[in-house]
Amino acid sequence: MNSCPELLRPCWQGFFRADEDEWRGVTASLPPDGGQGLRERRMRYPYFPGCTLRAKARGFESSALASAGALGVQLDELPNWQCCGATFPLQADNSFSLVSPARTLASARKMGERLVTLCSACYNVLKRTNHVMRTDADRRDKVNAFIEEDYRGDLEVVHFLEVLRDDIGFDALARSVKVPLGGLAAAPYYGCLLLRPADELAFDDPEAPHILEDFLSALGCRAVDHPYKIECCGSYVALEPGDLASGPSRMVVESARTRGAQVIITSCPLCQYNLDISQQGARGHSGVGVPVVYFTQLLAIALGLSEDVLGFEGHVISPGPLLRSIGAMGSEATA
Amino acid sequence: MRLTRDVVSGENRRKLRDISGEEVASCYQCGKCSAGCAMTGMMDLLPHQVIRLVQLGHIEEAAASRTIWLCASCLACSARCPRGVSLPNVMESLRVTLLRPGERHLDPAGLPAEVLENAPEQALVAGLRKYT
Repeated sequence: MNSCPELLRPCWQGFFRADEDEWRGVTASLPPDGGQGLRERRMRYPYFPGCTLRAKARGFESSALASAGALGVQLDELPNWQCCGATFPLQADNSFSLVSPARTLASARKMGERLVTLCSACYNVLKRTNHVMRTDADRRDKVNAFIEEDYRGDLEVVHFLEVLRDDIGFDALARSVKVPLGGLAAAPYYGCLLLRPADELAFDDPEAPHILEDFLSALGCRAVDHPYKIECCGSYVALEPGDLASGPSRMVVESARTRGAQVIITSCPLCQYNLDISQQGARGHSGVGVPVVYFTQLLAIALGLSEDVLGFEGHVISPGPLLRSIGAMGSEATA
Repeated sequence: MRLTRDVVSGENRRKLRDISGEEVASCYQCGKCSAGCAMTGMMDLLPHQVIRLVQLGHIEEAAASRTIWLCASCLACSARCPRGVSLPNVMESLRVTLLRPGERHLDPAGLPAEVLENAPEQALVAGLRKYT
């Protein structure tokens, strides 16, 4: 495994926010009137970015933080956070993989009672680890002894979508929309990490979720229902040789496209990657592609924020042409 | 397939139960897990067939199947299992019976450049944890 850190080095470059100027640029792009009344009841939460939002999914974070700011929510990045591990360990006899997320949870507890996440995987791993620390005394003692903490799981891990729904409210969100996305047919894609296991995550109805539909309605989009919205995209099987994740991903994209979706929204960087790249070949055949974007990117557009915060890059199916064609992007939309 | 008491209630099956925390004996082979699995198109054994092999103590045969590497731990099966069996835990226990002694299913150095360049960090971290 000695080759591994060297091999992955390009991924970690710029991981921690070294370039403060770039960051000030994002903050400065907020419209001075963004959020209006919502600013008065400003909310602050500790926030865990996770590895991918600092590398391949920068647009997810920049659009989310700018939108949160415009809606009167300040997300304070945890000091000294570390990777959650990206996948919840399923081994009952080994607690070592819980160490890193537990350390993050213990440090978040010192900052507040809630911890906000954006990435579906971070949400899943942190919330499941929190469940272990809350309910399994044996494993809790073992992990606490190792990290030299006395953390008991008394923190609430929440997803940014829950902040939008429960703290801001979708009605208030609808009133904050500056660029209504009327007519945009958007398919929600939940995947697995937001919903399962339902008894631990309690995020939404595990078989018929609707939080993303409600979110889309608040933005003025038409939410396109489709039968594969809670199916798996193939996840890390994408690393297997032979393009094995593209089969399940294509099913998801097709199920949305054939029902009229112009765009698919997600909160998982791996879903975004798998669904997008699965269209690499298909685009050549049919000429029809469905762009896959983070829900926060549509949010930032609807709130009338600067295009600088969107961070669309590296898409196989670029969302630019679609968003310009409906007037959601372009100089006249953001003036 | 030869079934003897030694095979069916053998040490290997007990070891697997310790790793997975799952009691596969409660599975009554309804097949709901296989019906809802997104990856079955590429599997050599269906998920419920892997569970059947484990029930019968044929751990090595189950671990030799492609299926255990195609399970993406999406939990669609365990969410719907009427017997409360978490198949992804069983798949993971089969993977680790190979990985703990040192087998590496994925060689990070062998990943194509375009995957390293484009795949999100989440895929690399999760994949390396499941496959190495």
